Amino acid sequence: MSTPYRPDSGAEIRTGAGTRGGPGGRRARVGAGRGVPLPLLLPALAGLVFLLLPLTALLVRTPWRSLPEQLTSAEVWEALRLSLICASAATAVSLVLGVPLAWLLARAEFRGRGLVRALVTLPLVLPPVVGGVALLLALGRNGVVGQWLDSWFGITLPFTTAGVVVAEAFVAMPFLVISVEGTLRAADPRFEEAAMTLGASRFTAFRRVTLPLIMPGIAAGSVLAWARALGEFGATITFAGNFPGRTQTMPLAVYLALQNDPAAAVALSLVLLAVSVAVLAGLRDRWATVR
Amino acid sequence: MTDFGKECGSGPAHVAGLDARLVVDRGGFRLDVALRVAPGDVVALLGPNGAGKTTALRALAGLTPLSSGHLRLDGTVLDGTPPEGRPVGVVFQDYLLFPHLTALDNVAFGPRCHGASKADARAQAARWLDRMGLAEHSGVKPRRLSGGQAQRVALARALATRPRLLLLDEPLAALDARTRLDVRAQLRRHLADFEAVAVLVTHDPLDAMVLADRLVVIEHGLVVQEGAPSDIARRPRTDYIARLVGLNLYKGRAEGHVVRLEAGHVITTTEELTGPAFVAFPPSAVTLYRERPTGSSARNLWRCEVAGLETHGDRVRADLTGGLPLVADLTTVAAAELDLRPGAPVWAAVKATQTHTYPA
Repeated sequence: MSTPYRPDSGAEIRTGAGTRGGPGGRRARVGAGRGVPLPLLLPALAGLVFLLLPLTALLVRTPWRSLPEQLTSAEVWEALRLSLICASAATAVSLVLGVPLAWLLARAEFRGRGLVRALVTLPLVLPPVVGGVALLLALGRNGVVGQWLDSWFGITLPFTTAGVVVAEAFVAMPFLVISVEGTLRAADPRFEEAAMTLGASRFTAFRRVTLPLIMPGIAAGSVLAWARALGEFGATITFAGNFPGRTQTMPLAVYLALQNDPAAAVALSLVLLAVSVAVLAGLRDRWATVR
Repeated sequence: MTDFGKECGSGPAHVAGLDARLVVDRGGFRLDVALRVAPGDVVALLGPNGAGKTTALRALAGLTPLSSGHLRLDGTVLDGTPPEGRPVGVVFQDYLLFPHLTALDNVAFGPRCHGASKADARAQAARWLDRMGLAEHSGVKPRRLSGGQAQRVALARALATRPRLLLLDEPLAALDARTRLDVRAQLRRHLADFEAVAVLVTHDPLDAMVLADRLVVIEHGLVVQEGAPSDIARRPRTDYIARLVGLNLYKGRAEGHVVRLEAGHVITTTEELTGPAFVAFPPSAVTLYRERPTGSSARNLWRCEVAGLETHGDRVRADLTGGLPLVADLTTVAAAELDLRPGAPVWAAVKATQTHTYPA
């Protein structure tokens, strides 16, 4: 018998995200479970508290009374708008480049594929600040490629909004590639073969058969990449700087505010937390239940 | 096998149907199979798992490249043509219906790829589904179809591109026993209507014999026997085929009315023959005795030991070793009376008139 296609990697990612946020259903089941060994239960509960305590503290210390005026200030909206636009643009860039890259890694046979995959995932583990420095060296005004961009096309990326998008895409794209590649591997490549025997070229087979099949993985990967881009700090501040209205995204604004106006920092953090929860809820509602 | 390629040459001689020699080398495994099938004919590639049947089918479809050999369909050389350029339709073992498309859009996929407009492709698909008796299921996604329905959608999808070569990989393997009976009968009808070449792969001799006009038996990547189903059923040439068609088969040298087997046994037959020969007889031709029979007229008598017993309905099939390894069928009552059990010694007798001898 065949193994019908299941968007497996999506499930993995959901589980990963779920543990971080503390999914109610799963926690209840563990608590009610009979015979959970104490040496597992105690550290598990401690871990849960450890993850939830900071978030609770954020809620406890939120200046609820002054919140409306904090959140309606022009700077907050500026930063939030910029964050949303840049994260979305970075996700779009990741999609356009990352999905074909994932296909290449999952389907094409070539020498050194393992090495390429390792290099692609490097930004996942690379400290973002290092990523920012590397981006400066590559695309900076005097960078390896940047000097030509500057002298030939007059394009300058560092310390611009476009630079924010570049920095965020650099950090976020591996998430999408890994997610999509996992889904592609789980998808039966023989569907593409079936399409080819029906007269579809390899690209048509990809576009009309594979792409719809791996849509759950692409969606999950996009959300993950988008969330990562939204929270991106290190590479952004290094490569694009911290100019309000131009490159100052929410995380940068939070960091800056924490030094001048802690209450504002808390308010901004609350907004980001709300966005994160919304993303998580969206993931669960849309891709966890539709199977 | 004969190399048909030489007959056709490279000239414009138009040979209708399939003419192929499929050679696929793949790390330790080599497939080398010659196939020639006239339009309208159905050929079954029959063989055990791992014999190379599916590889042969994939090579015909262009999904596995040929290491050497040739592939011509209606006189057109297809050796290097990619799958999408071949006038070939495939029904895959587990159908591989696109799960995100409705039955109608699955069938319309092929015509669409061949340049039909969306509306036209759908109209064609609707006609095919109608022919398969699936008109009311056209809007349904594959996961909501039963096994038999999915099989017919897969067949409709393969036929909708109007292939000159239809390939079916274990077309009935994924079905349960009851559905299988119906689907086999329907498939037989559709294959009878199909005017081009059909090649199907199966490990089930019944499927092969019901569906195909000709069988090509493949073992270890090579053709071991081919011919009409009835001929193969009567005169198997390998142990695998003999087991499939349920015959005891021995190879030896015929000298008049006796065949001397390589192991030293002698089988008396009624057919006169000289030279390398096969002797075959059905398990029902074997009579078992607890004691050495004295009054039996059977010329062939061996002392054996029961190796295993299996029930098939009201019959018991006994696997015998010791003297001559053979399979015997007897009634449950007889088995009980003989007190058969693994390890029990028995005498097996076969009448010469019930054996069939033919040249090896």
